[in-house]
Amino acid sequence: MSLEKFVENALSSWMSAEGPEIDIVLSSRIRLARNFKDFTFPTSFSNEEANKIIELIKKRIEEEVTPEIGKLELLEIDQLQPLEKRVLVEKHLISPHLVEDSAKSACLLSENEEISIMINEEDHLRIQCLMSGLQLKETLKIANVLDDWIEESIDYAYDEERGYLTSCPTNVGTGLRASVMMHLPGLVLTQQMNNIIPAINQLGLVVRGIYGEGSQALGNIFQISNQITLGKSERDIVEDLTSVVQQIIAQERSARDALARTSHIQLEDRIFRSYGVLSNARIIETKEAATCISDVRLGIDLGYIKSISKSILNELMILTQSGFLQKYAGGPLRPHERDIRRAALIRERLNFTESSSS
Amino acid sequence: MICQECHQRPATLHFTKIINGKKTEVMICEKCAQEKGEMFMEAGGPGFSINNLLAGLLNMESNIQQTKANAFPKTEERRCPHCHRSYKEFVHIGKFGCAECYKTFNEQLNPILKRVHSGNTAHIGKIPKRIGGAIYLRKQILDLKEVLKVHIDQEEFEKAAEVRDKVRSLEKRYEAQEGGEEL
Repeated sequence: MSLEKFVENALSSWMSAEGPEIDIVLSSRIRLARNFKDFTFPTSFSNEEANKIIELIKKRIEEEVTPEIGKLELLEIDQLQPLEKRVLVEKHLISPHLVEDSAKSACLLSENEEISIMINEEDHLRIQCLMSGLQLKETLKIANVLDDWIEESIDYAYDEERGYLTSCPTNVGTGLRASVMMHLPGLVLTQQMNNIIPAINQLGLVVRGIYGEGSQALGNIFQISNQITLGKSERDIVEDLTSVVQQIIAQERSARDALARTSHIQLEDRIFRSYGVLSNARIIETKEAATCISDVRLGIDLGYIKSISKSILNELMILTQSGFLQKYAGGPLRPHERDIRRAALIRERLNFTESSSS
Repeated sequence: MICQECHQRPATLHFTKIINGKKTEVMICEKCAQEKGEMFMEAGGPGFSINNLLAGLLNMESNIQQTKANAFPKTEERRCPHCHRSYKEFVHIGKFGCAECYKTFNEQLNPILKRVHSGNTAHIGKIPKRIGGAIYLRKQILDLKEVLKVHIDQEEFEKAAEVRDKVRSLEKRYEAQEGGEEL
């Protein structure tokens, strides 16, 4: 398969990078945890119950499709090849936990991969919606449509006082986890991240690096999400998170401006060195690739690099993970071979983008 | 130093737990540590997650309860009638087995929820559309019954009769809705 075709197939719609605030916010995600009434939770249910839950969902997608949602495809996890499972995990469409117990689990995917509903993970249902840029409200709206659509024929485990009942008490109430993925090279370079993280934590929000932990996040990508699910309405959770994210965006912008003003030539040097590494390296590890991709993306946002599209960071971030590399190679690879493949894929991708945009 | 748990063997392990600023020191022997569950052992391991942390919090809870009230049946031994999960098992994995567990372990739940959700224990937010209607009716009925009580206490029987009729008609609607759902 040609790289072009492979990439096209590999991309989810959120990676196209067309949402609002896309220079800083990569994606918005909403997850709703739901359980069926009168069924034991997945931590202790029988295979029979697990199958019945999958059957009920199957029946639901067969009997009615809402135009707002479109077609959903059911994937039974134990029917997938190990590499296919890995690729779904790397695209954040399913969790590693869902794969662990794959005999009992399944997932529903929409064609553009904006929607994925995990069945029989920690809870019976995990409704997930993922959109490009900062669009938490819009994403929540879609998640609610799905939620209502399922609830039309299935009784949820719901308690007047406690709300939606979940397997883990950390999710009870709304069952809502809203999260935003942000690229924050300006705040990391100006060493402000270490002050910002504790401040965000105090607001009941959690910050994680998507590759690493805390301020050491690889590729300067951070995920910010709500911790509290009980005693706060869905709207408040999403509005609070959005307003914090908007403040972080403003700070990141001013950090970038300051960098460009005070260390213009050093910044330009750093960006083009990284660009040089990506377009010429023959062997590259995940960590180095992540750092360089972040620099190049910053270069694109600041206008130093004009020949590459913005979506490159999103794409390469996903495509250079080991599952994808092996899928592209058509079979398993040893770590050293992966580094060679990764370098080749990045080179090819950059050339392809340059030639197609010029 | 003698082990706090068995009071027989010498304590070879020394743990300090700090939860919400409260410091607790535990001195136990290796055997008791193993029996107490893998909580201590797993803590630094690769699989460490929010559930381990939560299990830690819950474990504290049961220790406090035990020392306070030995006369009552141990919380740890209570089992959920639906999924048969015991409180001890819940504490160990940090997850409930079914919706019924929320009722079974209701007494223990508030302090846990308060810690995890910044002091909140009750849901504010979405009500499922279909079964939500019934919940709203039930709330109305309960509120009216309170009003009814007040009227009776104050011997305002005419008003009480009015409210009683309202309650009856709402109850009929409520039953119809509940029944309708079964179809």
